[in-house]
Amino acid sequence: MSLKKLISNKTTAALAVILTVFANTSAFAQEAAAAASAKPVDMGAIYKTTLFYVLLFLLLCLFIAIVGKALKVYELTRETEGKPEGINWNTVNGVLFAAFLVVGIYGVYWEYTVHGEMILPEAASEHGKKIDQMFNITLILTTIVFIVTHIVLMCFAYFYKSNGKRKAYYYPHNNALERIWTVIPALVLTVLVLYGFLTWRSIFYKIEDPNNKPISIEVTSSQFQWDIRYPGADGVVGKKNYKLITSINALGIDFTDKNTLDDQVADEIVLPVNKPVRFTLTSKDILHSFYMPHFRVQLNTVPGMTSYFEFTPTITTEEMKVKTNDPKFNYLLLCAKICGTNHYNMQKLVRVVSQAEYDEWIAKQTTYLTNDLRKEFKLPVIAEPTTAAPAVADTTAKDTVAQTNQIALKK
Amino acid sequence: MSTISLQDTHHHDNHDDHSHGHHHETFLTKYIFSQDHKMIAKQFLITGIIMAVIAMVLSILFRLQLAWPDQSFPLLETFLGKWAEGGRIRPDFYLALVTIHGTIMVFFVLTAGLSGTFSNLLIPLQIGARDMASPFLNMLSYWFFFTACVIMMGSFFVQTGPASAGWTIYPPLSSIPKAIPGSGLGMTLWLVSMVLFVASSLMGGINYVSTVLNMRTKGMDLWKMPLTIWAFFLTAILGILSFPVLVAGVVLLVFDRSAGTSFYLSDIVIGTEILPNEGGSPILWQHLFWFLGHPEVYIVIMPALGISSEVISVNSRKPIFGYHAMIYSLIGITILSFIVWGHHMFVTGMNPLLGGVFMITTLIIAVPSAVKTFNYLATLWRGNIRFTPAMLFAIGLVSFFISGGLTGIFLGNASLDINLHDTYFVVAHFHLVMGSAAIFGMLAGVYHWFPKMFGKMMSAKLGYLHFWLTFICAYLVFFPLHFLGLDGVPRRYYAFTEFEFMQKWLTVNVFVTWAAIIAALAQVAFLWNFFYSIFRGKKAPQNPWEANTLEWTTPVEHLHGNWPGEIPTVHRWPYDYSKPGAEHDFIPQTVPFSETMSSNLPHDFEGNTEAEEIQKAWDVKNKPVQDAE
Repeated sequence: MSLKKLISNKTTAALAVILTVFANTSAFAQEAAAAASAKPVDMGAIYKTTLFYVLLFLLLCLFIAIVGKALKVYELTRETEGKPEGINWNTVNGVLFAAFLVVGIYGVYWEYTVHGEMILPEAASEHGKKIDQMFNITLILTTIVFIVTHIVLMCFAYFYKSNGKRKAYYYPHNNALERIWTVIPALVLTVLVLYGFLTWRSIFYKIEDPNNKPISIEVTSSQFQWDIRYPGADGVVGKKNYKLITSINALGIDFTDKNTLDDQVADEIVLPVNKPVRFTLTSKDILHSFYMPHFRVQLNTVPGMTSYFEFTPTITTEEMKVKTNDPKFNYLLLCAKICGTNHYNMQKLVRVVSQAEYDEWIAKQTTYLTNDLRKEFKLPVIAEPTTAAPAVADTTAKDTVAQTNQIALKK
Repeated sequence: MSTISLQDTHHHDNHDDHSHGHHHETFLTKYIFSQDHKMIAKQFLITGIIMAVIAMVLSILFRLQLAWPDQSFPLLETFLGKWAEGGRIRPDFYLALVTIHGTIMVFFVLTAGLSGTFSNLLIPLQIGARDMASPFLNMLSYWFFFTACVIMMGSFFVQTGPASAGWTIYPPLSSIPKAIPGSGLGMTLWLVSMVLFVASSLMGGINYVSTVLNMRTKGMDLWKMPLTIWAFFLTAILGILSFPVLVAGVVLLVFDRSAGTSFYLSDIVIGTEILPNEGGSPILWQHLFWFLGHPEVYIVIMPALGISSEVISVNSRKPIFGYHAMIYSLIGITILSFIVWGHHMFVTGMNPLLGGVFMITTLIIAVPSAVKTFNYLATLWRGNIRFTPAMLFAIGLVSFFISGGLTGIFLGNASLDINLHDTYFVVAHFHLVMGSAAIFGMLAGVYHWFPKMFGKMMSAKLGYLHFWLTFICAYLVFFPLHFLGLDGVPRRYYAFTEFEFMQKWLTVNVFVTWAAIIAALAQVAFLWNFFYSIFRGKKAPQNPWEANTLEWTTPVEHLHGNWPGEIPTVHRWPYDYSKPGAEHDFIPQTVPFSETMSSNLPHDFEGNTEAEEIQKAWDVKNKPVQDAE
């Protein structure tokens, strides 16, 4: 049995299968369209497009096959005429490498200028400026290396392509050269490491300035939302315990801790400009990532573990709107760690405002402690197992005080 | 499977020629449960190629979703059913697609498909051994791998869908089916498949190490081994030391999922349901996973580097520049790769002090990588380059290795990683340095050793077409993605529609998807070339590339045991190309120095004074003119 026959049989069979699949699916599509008369979708057109592209591809394959055959015929005739091989593929590939270099360098330039313009605006935080500076230094260094090594690579490919006459230069090693290109990258990397290390330390090891204490804000992540807790007047975000979570106490705030009583709910993150802010990051269910790209801030939120990120925003939203020339600009909080179906839409608005605007805004925010929760926490049964009895009594008393205060305030 | 049975018809013709004197082989022992390393290599390769095609199709599916998030593709519903209701891929299935794409590509294609194929093929052939140290273990290794593949693909047919927590399957997402449907049975299958895979990989690795250490032919000391063997050897060591840690991690995860333990879980509330787990830490998984995971990327890239060293040297007709430096840098990468895993965890909440330490080790590992790159460039310098398809892919590898390696300097820097972590910048980075570079190394290997594997030649012209389309499209796909990352677009987002600032990248996504589709179609040229040439390719000569290494001294027709007579003795290193004074531009390893008196150099004798004396005497007699010069 000739293989060629087999293959051609197979090809026809495959084509038949493909055609029947398309015929069937378009039949299905018509039924579906008929059934869903409410929103008639003309699926036939889409199938036709698919078929069109498939045919286009097959046509392309045919074209390539023909070109291949033509090349073969050409080469065979050259051979029978006793001339050297028709096309020197070494030259072709060498020239292609040279062309790739030229077009590639232009492409890189285009990318840097066009797509490079579309990236994040300047950092809107103190440490972010350091990160940006380091990024720029790294970018310049790596771009130089990238371009130079590629020029070398592609030019070598072009200039040293075999022409059948030359012999390669036997050059097995040169220790001086090896030393040079071990030491130079090592030195450059040492500089980058030191710089990066110092920046890293300055971001995560902050010395607290007693005159400029950071605002504490707690963020709790869960599928697929961010819950924000402002500390209230006392400046302390109170305790919480995941075991206290109920449908009305979604964060499991432990209202036996008096620091929790004035904790405020917020449906957006509002930050005063040039004031340090310390985020306490926790997660209710799985891993998420607290990512605010404009401030160069990212840290994962981990269930069972609390992590902290402190930074100082330096540019207000309004100023950024002017700077980016985008009236719709807004700072954002995104989730950057895969967390499930709605991972792609787990966002929170962030606003950076002046101190005055911040004060005005924060005064309007309500507390987490609602009347329902008050009832729940006044009941003696909810005393958690770890809390000793006198403590319960103590806190309930305080709670009542707080409650009366609250009522007084409301009046 | 049809390919394997067809392959049979081809080999059957030759069967009778060389089976004299051997035990009788049945179809089952020759093609299915074969213990011949060459056949096992082919099994790994063809399985790897099939898996690669599957993973590539998955990537096209999610690229379609990214490019046209609002468009309905009824055809998808035809094929995927409920996963693409109304012709639109569902968000959870999107995550399953990226998860399985990553898993298949990293483990099944670039680990098993690459190491499995070429370690099996080349270790015995290049060191001069008749087979692996344990052919039976070798066979088991393939069948464990095959089973792992089947189970992984089987997860597409379970009700709740395949694992979809990302290829790193970070718990708690991966351990709580309520958090994502894919963490149900699909994840169980993922874990089972991975345990089998690691078992396969360990059996392979132990075999490779013991074969390299014990079964080298006469004269083949460690410093005469080709760089391919060095790379496979160190890769196997890396795998043996790091893969068991993944199994440990996986077993604990299985316990967490099925036995109610709390290794990785603590303080978790799903909705308002409070889970009983206490005291575990999700960070523990990340340490265990990346303790394998980072060496893994070197397990992926080192064989590719080894292959390209050989291919570049052969086709530049020059010795590889800095043979010893190449080996030392491989050893350096091997050792350092164990202490850099934390750079995947800079922003996971790990102690920042550790972050600083891992940043230092990470940037140190860039030094041996840089040395390798410069050595490749120096090898090309003043070469006599023959652009075989293998050579093109090897040069492509060097290009990707540079591009992707340089972006690694950004990510290895903890401070810069804060903003780049889990964005498209990371996606672009590892697809260049680990994805494209490693797959190019693998393709270079396939084009280069195809004649050895199948006794046929592949079409060079189709190879050129394949290379140029793939090379250009890979850059078109991955270069723009860096800029998405710099704009703060996180990876694994189902659609860019929910964020105002991502809208501007939608057109870029369309462009990238088209480039990816063209790259995928370009692989048809390869698949056609590969399978067609197995049956109808031109017959290969014994040494088609005029290379020095031992595998080209074996007959074209395979036989179990590799060499018909005695195993050849090795006299020299494998890179004597274009040696001045030599008759040809290559001197195979089997040629003794006594036959090449005109081209011997003083350092060839490695301090053997007797040989030096003989050479000196010969030189005085035969090369008086040259000495005067």
